[in-house]
Amino acid sequence: MNTPTQNTLAVRTTTSSVTLVVVLGLIALISGLLIVLAYVLTKPTIDAFHKKELEEAVASVVPGAAKIKTFVVTNHGMVPAEQANENGYHVYVGYAADGTLKGVAAEAAGQGYADMIRLLYGYSPECQCITGIRIVSMRETPGFGDKMYTDEAFNANFKALDTRLAADGAGLANDINTVKHGTKKQPWQVDAISGATVSSKGVGRALNDSASKVVPEINKHLNELREAL
Amino acid sequence: MQPAPQQPESMDELLRGIWRENPVFVAVLGMCPTLAVTGTTLNAIAMGLCTLFVLFFSMMFISALRNLIPKEVRIASYIVIIATFVTIVDYAVQAISMDIYKALGAYIQLIVANCILLGRAESHAAKNGVWTSALNATGVGLGFTLALTCIGAVREILGSGSLLGVPLFGSNFQPWLIMALPPGAFFALAGWLILFAWYRERRERKAAEAGAPVHAR
Repeated sequence: MNTPTQNTLAVRTTTSSVTLVVVLGLIALISGLLIVLAYVLTKPTIDAFHKKELEEAVASVVPGAAKIKTFVVTNHGMVPAEQANENGYHVYVGYAADGTLKGVAAEAAGQGYADMIRLLYGYSPECQCITGIRIVSMRETPGFGDKMYTDEAFNANFKALDTRLAADGAGLANDINTVKHGTKKQPWQVDAISGATVSSKGVGRALNDSASKVVPEINKHLNELREAL
Repeated sequence: MQPAPQQPESMDELLRGIWRENPVFVAVLGMCPTLAVTGTTLNAIAMGLCTLFVLFFSMMFISALRNLIPKEVRIASYIVIIATFVTIVDYAVQAISMDIYKALGAYIQLIVANCILLGRAESHAAKNGVWTSALNATGVGLGFTLALTCIGAVREILGSGSLLGVPLFGSNFQPWLIMALPPGAFFALAGWLILFAWYRERRERKAAEAGAPVHAR
């Protein structure tokens, strides 16, 4: 603590450092207790929200998914999340009620017009295609880029977006690319939203980056995943 | 403060923050959330209520401890207390609605830096009793909520053609996008400030014309 050097300050009786420390310590203690209390009280609800949110999101991109199991993709293959002790990215495997594999949801991110666009997409090993996307977060221009939520023609791109593997199985046979509105010719192309080409390209790039990494992994471990539940 | 009967006095303590000393429209404080999270009415109301909660509890707390806190560490103490309730409100909002939590983003945590809070703590709660502080904080919090809701409503109606998510106009309505974008916040705020300034000036002029002494704020 500073000792008052000016006489004007010295007029006021100064509080001893011990008092200052005790008072601050006391306040910090009460604050800490309150925060811990709030944390403990809200944690179950917050965790339940996160779980529900994830399940809803996965079910919306993997049609027919009733049960979800999370896997971590590490350098040594896919491990169920609860057994994973290595870092890696998560994939969410959706199964039908009878236990058959319906598809795999994974996260993707790409630079949009304003910020990163984060999304979840579903991959179906059966049709070797993307079966749906769901935007997790974006900060695109209202009225233009945010049409990616509502534009039906744009979302129709992802009902069956071709992601066949190349012959060597290490990558996609065709890169997912975004084309100008109304010029989509191939099943691996994304038809951009008119007026929001940059945002649409962000989505396309996010999918391409993620799918070219995740889809080969899924296919490599497909049999494990089928029997994992 | 003038001596007055107990009931009107405490009523005045509450109403002052809502109208005559509205933190946004009159004192022009707390501009960060005012401009940043008033894109829709719901966000504005949620932000206002979060701030009201933090104001209410932290001002009561500070007021209760006002004789215990030494002058030297008062700012640090206030900030710790305010930050505590901001953290609690942060958890509470997450537990109530993830959608609102995502929409408000970092602005919930940023309540701690809202100058309305430190201003109230320093100029009111540190000098008044718990009951008065609670009333004053409630008034200011409601005033803040009211102001944010006014701005949010204008921006949502003009910028998206809806109020609280309910579409107001037919499908032919062409939204005035700029109002939903950041510059719209400045336009909407300016409009309300003009309205408040005009109203105040008119009242003062009328009072002067009537020959009554102008009740200076």
